[in-house]
Amino acid sequence: MIASNLPALQVVIPLLSAPLALMLRRGTHSWVLAQLVCIAALAISINLLQTVLATGPISYEMGGWAPPWGIEYYVDAVNAFVLLIVSGIGTIVMLAARTSVAKEIAGDKQSLFYTAYLLCLTGLLGITITGDAFNIFVFLEISSLSTYILISLGRDRRALTAAFQYLIMGTIGATFILIGVGMLYMSTGTLNILDLAERLQPLSDSRTVQAGFAFVAVGVSLKLALFPLHLWLPNAYAYAPSIASAFLAATATKVAVYVMLRFFFTVFGVDFSFEVMPLGIILAILAILAIFVGSAVAIFQDNVKRLLAYSSVAQIGYMILGISFATVTGLTAAILHLFNHALMKGGLFLALAAVFYRTGGVSVAHFRGLGKTMPWTMFAVVIGGLSLIGVPLTVGFVSKWYLVLGALELGYWWIALLVLAGSLLAVIYVWKLVEAAYFQTAEGDAASVREAPLSLLVPAWILIGANIYFGIDTSLTTGVARTAAASLLGIGG
Amino acid sequence: MLAATALSVVFMRDLFTIVMLFGIYSLLSAGFFVDMDAVDVALTEAAVGAGVTTMLMLGTLALTSRKEKAHRKPASMLPLAVVTITGLVLIYGTLDMPYLGDPEAPVHQHVAPRYIEQSYDEIGLPNIVTSVLASYRGFDTLGEVVVIFTAGLGVLTLLGLSGDSPHRARPAAMAHHLVLRVITRALIPLILIYALYIQFHGDYGPGGGFQAGVIFGAAIILYTLIFGLTKAERVIAPLFLRYMMGAGVLIFAGTGVLALLLGGNFLDYDYLAHDPLHGQHYGILAVEFGVGVTVTAVIISIFFNFTGRGDQPKEEER
Repeated sequence: MIASNLPALQVVIPLLSAPLALMLRRGTHSWVLAQLVCIAALAISINLLQTVLATGPISYEMGGWAPPWGIEYYVDAVNAFVLLIVSGIGTIVMLAARTSVAKEIAGDKQSLFYTAYLLCLTGLLGITITGDAFNIFVFLEISSLSTYILISLGRDRRALTAAFQYLIMGTIGATFILIGVGMLYMSTGTLNILDLAERLQPLSDSRTVQAGFAFVAVGVSLKLALFPLHLWLPNAYAYAPSIASAFLAATATKVAVYVMLRFFFTVFGVDFSFEVMPLGIILAILAILAIFVGSAVAIFQDNVKRLLAYSSVAQIGYMILGISFATVTGLTAAILHLFNHALMKGGLFLALAAVFYRTGGVSVAHFRGLGKTMPWTMFAVVIGGLSLIGVPLTVGFVSKWYLVLGALELGYWWIALLVLAGSLLAVIYVWKLVEAAYFQTAEGDAASVREAPLSLLVPAWILIGANIYFGIDTSLTTGVARTAAASLLGIGG
Repeated sequence: MLAATALSVVFMRDLFTIVMLFGIYSLLSAGFFVDMDAVDVALTEAAVGAGVTTMLMLGTLALTSRKEKAHRKPASMLPLAVVTITGLVLIYGTLDMPYLGDPEAPVHQHVAPRYIEQSYDEIGLPNIVTSVLASYRGFDTLGEVVVIFTAGLGVLTLLGLSGDSPHRARPAAMAHHLVLRVITRALIPLILIYALYIQFHGDYGPGGGFQAGVIFGAAIILYTLIFGLTKAERVIAPLFLRYMMGAGVLIFAGTGVLALLLGGNFLDYDYLAHDPLHGQHYGILAVEFGVGVTVTAVIISIFFNFTGRGDQPKEEER
């Protein structure tokens, strides 16, 4: 009985625990609850991924109503993989949360933080697992609202402005998605994703469908911070509490990329998206701009969280570039990079949380001399940075390898060159940190900084270690990513 | 009229007038929805848009100022361009739209017929909107309740937890107005009864948890306006509201889990009783109650937090 209800429980357990976390009122109690819930969600997502890989997609009828009348949960290789990313990162980041949150957030607001965290987890998992276009919107609202709360809990007063800015941009994005879904409903009379896909086939000339496509595309691009719609992201990541930055950077944009994959490939179908609509070329141009502008701006940042945020804009560019190829290799690269980038950014932001915990700030100046005083933390930053650049033996190399491969397959050798050039820009901004940490000495009080507590180091190193592990043993991740890519393109299962 | 109201909002500088115009806008939309035979939506729009939102905006005005600050920044062209393009795409999209009320439109051909023809046999309620909302697409509604819960959480986070604010000792705002006091005393019980009617009659007529929650909240807001926050918090303690907010979500999701434990899928009310129709009925009553509880708590809590911030009585508007 439990086994057959796992898809529902994946979302319902965090959903039910959020109000409980609010009622507990003590930060520590809420943290224990949140940690248990995260672990349960992770276990469920591992189980779901295994089931999907062994026996094919799972369909679950909410309320016992068959689709398209009721809401369906539909799990295939693509979203099972994303579920694993979200719940895995959620669990590991939560391990570090207690120490960091106790330092950064006032006592009476800690349980609010955990409640918002659980709601955000609920929203992200709900968006990912559902097979219903309107249900995506509902859970998008949950995750967005809770994200604004998480950001506004930052200690800096500018966190409020950042949250408000994101609120306006995010609401516009969500409204566009809603208008788009509304237009699709108007043309087909259904909201179920698989049913929509079937009924949209003969409608590719309908202007209502085309306009709906445009609205969904712009709305989702806003949510995933595709250049030039990324303006909300740097401030949001920079001023949020460290734990929130780590969780959001590693999961929120990934889920938005998943939604884009789902709409472009499953709902509209690759023929419509890339032949009727000129999507491929638009995405490719924006992606390359994102890589270069994002990396270039990152070089000039003084706040390291902002630096990593701009680097995220660039990394999202790599994912979108993979999507724009619309081939199995390109999509494999994009889906791989979802996972790999989550590992890198999760690990790096947790390391930043450790730096903030000890030095009270994350500007480049705070990094001076940390190579001596916080060797383990800085070593984690270095490995994470190497992975961002794409050095062999790290996950960053694997995803760029497939991306270059995908470009060459299509004969776009100049895109392959641009990808490599983008990596060089990453070398510069990572070097900035290394230089400060290892070749400059700290002054005054900063010289007596101690290594971060284990409760922060261990989670950071789990993610950083995963960067290396999955960089060497690529069979698991590439295997799943390839299956997922093939199923999105409708080739094989 | 809708367009005229919206335009005058844009050109108006007096924020108080703008708030009033927003209220009118909502009331007009509600009328529009009635015209389209969407009575449930109209009821919600009237209660939320014209009623509670206006109150909250007035509360904000009392905290800030009534006049918009004059700023002479050159108007940027970017927003105008974005709005124009969006509008053009919308118009482009409507070109192939089915005509309003066309029975051949896909919307009326695919999913809807089953809702209309079979929902009475499958669920046993005359109000199809309630059937779709609470059962066929009950999971969406659960999501919406969580959205409202999240909004309440956001207000708690930003405006501080109720209960630990330093100042609370304000004189009862308008208790010295005898006429207001008497009329309010007479009105509040009626409003509460009306809220309960909307809550439990939603299965048969327009209404349900969302609307009832708002109306219930409005009654408490009225009480607060007249008798002051201190007295209102004695009626409903802020801490109680915090539990109540979560309790609604728990009732709704708990109903779903109960169905799951009894052998069905999540939210499959058929399993709640021996007879599926009874099960559906219990399930819908329970989840609507959950919706009502959360909505009431969130609305009151938002209002308490807003008024709790102000030092001045802000009743001059009325």
